[in-house]
Amino acid sequence: MIEIKGLHKSFGGEVILDGIDAQFKRGRTNMIIGSSGSGKSVFLKNMLGLFKPDAGEIIYDGERLSEMDDDRQKELRENMGMLFQHSALFDSMTVEENVMFPLRMFTKMRRKERVERANDILQRVNLENLNKKMPSEISGGQQKRVALARAVVNKPKFLFCDEPNSGLDPKTATIIDNLIQELTHEANITTVIISHDMNSVLEIGETIIFLKDGGIAWVGTNKEIFKTENEAVTDFVYSSELFRKVRIAQNKGL
Amino acid sequence: MKILSHLGKYMIMLFEVFRRPTKRIVLKELIMKEIDDLIIGSIGITAFISFFMGAVVALQTSLNLDNPLIPKSLIGFAVRQSIILEFAPTVISIIMAGKVGSYITSSIGTMNVTEQIDALKVMGINPLNYLVFPKIIAMLFYPLLIAIIMFVGVLGGFVAAVWGNLVSAQDFIIGLQDAFVPYHVVYAFIKTMVFGMILATIPSYHGFYMKGGALEVGQAATTSFVWTCVAIIVANYLLTTLLL
Repeated sequence: MIEIKGLHKSFGGEVILDGIDAQFKRGRTNMIIGSSGSGKSVFLKNMLGLFKPDAGEIIYDGERLSEMDDDRQKELRENMGMLFQHSALFDSMTVEENVMFPLRMFTKMRRKERVERANDILQRVNLENLNKKMPSEISGGQQKRVALARAVVNKPKFLFCDEPNSGLDPKTATIIDNLIQELTHEANITTVIISHDMNSVLEIGETIIFLKDGGIAWVGTNKEIFKTENEAVTDFVYSSELFRKVRIAQNKGL
Repeated sequence: MKILSHLGKYMIMLFEVFRRPTKRIVLKELIMKEIDDLIIGSIGITAFISFFMGAVVALQTSLNLDNPLIPKSLIGFAVRQSIILEFAPTVISIIMAGKVGSYITSSIGTMNVTEQIDALKVMGINPLNYLVFPKIIAMLFYPLLIAIIMFVGVLGGFVAAVWGNLVSAQDFIIGLQDAFVPYHVVYAFIKTMVFGMILATIPSYHGFYMKGGALEVGQAATTSFVWTCVAIIVANYLLTTLLL
């Protein structure tokens, strides 16, 4: 579990995160949603330790990130997987080498074992025939799946996804969403996903945190998000014509 | 003030490069790859330039030798001195700032803008050690490249002078051996080592700390080339003052 207590972050006097308190539970897909500029990415980067919070605490399984020494942080990071918005695959490595990278860095597995594990996970994300391709030779959706394979190959305790399906067609986006949810449940991972894609929220948002103006405006589930009267959430959710029609239909009892 | 701030950040980077080392077996492979990219990959173009540079030095010296009292062997002497003292260590390092320096800045810069460096950080890997340390070690082999360049440059001078009937082979070799000071070679290799460190670290600094997108990667490569050249020229002056 990840707990956030009183998280503050400002840049040049502009407050981005203003005292955030949140909990992300194990074995669930926890989503952080909000419009552009609401502080989602800054929130995630603070959780990952890429930014240092101005105040507040980030607690991983009861242990404060700020109190961990270098070695402990390294251990923690070996148990983290991250799916970046633009995949962030290493250009100089093949698909297989990218997936094997965490195994190579953090385990004592022999090459044969690493290849087997990488191929297993590539099969899991339906990319078994692309092992020897370079990242530049595969599509954006395939890159995302390779990045997801790399993120989970070392069986992490914590999985972070930054806009996992941005720029993808709806079908590929659904595949990625479902994969994340399946892997989260299978391996009992604490998954935190940043998104502003409502389809994704409805598909896999088991816990949803809605960010607005640097604070948490609403917390709920994908079942509850359509029922809430919270104005900030309804403004965000029903900005889409499709969802407005769904709500009208729901109100009419259709 | 801005320069001081960059200098401070550069020093911190140098310190960070040696902290939290990457797994030894991975580093070994990275170092071999960098030796291939930075040193072996540069032999062709630098040798080509050096051969013709040596030839031009021989031709120009010969054209300016109109006094019959000055022996023709001076051509060999001039080629040796200019290639060993300045051309091979300094001019080739400036060429390397364009070839290798731009490659280092743009490759690290691209990793920066495409979040690959963030990916390394999230995995708990020290990106400076992973990316810059192998380049520093690879550049320890830079004197080997410069030794090849010295040989090829002198060979270029020999071929141009003898083939062009400017001097006999024997006279050229006499000039080549005339008043040879072995310390000059030591001086050239000391300079080469310092320039090698500059070539590995200044472009890495510009790539690692750049911000923005693809356009800024190009700008960073240009800035890195300018500052690498400035550092090489200033270091050349200081080392010459100290060592000769």
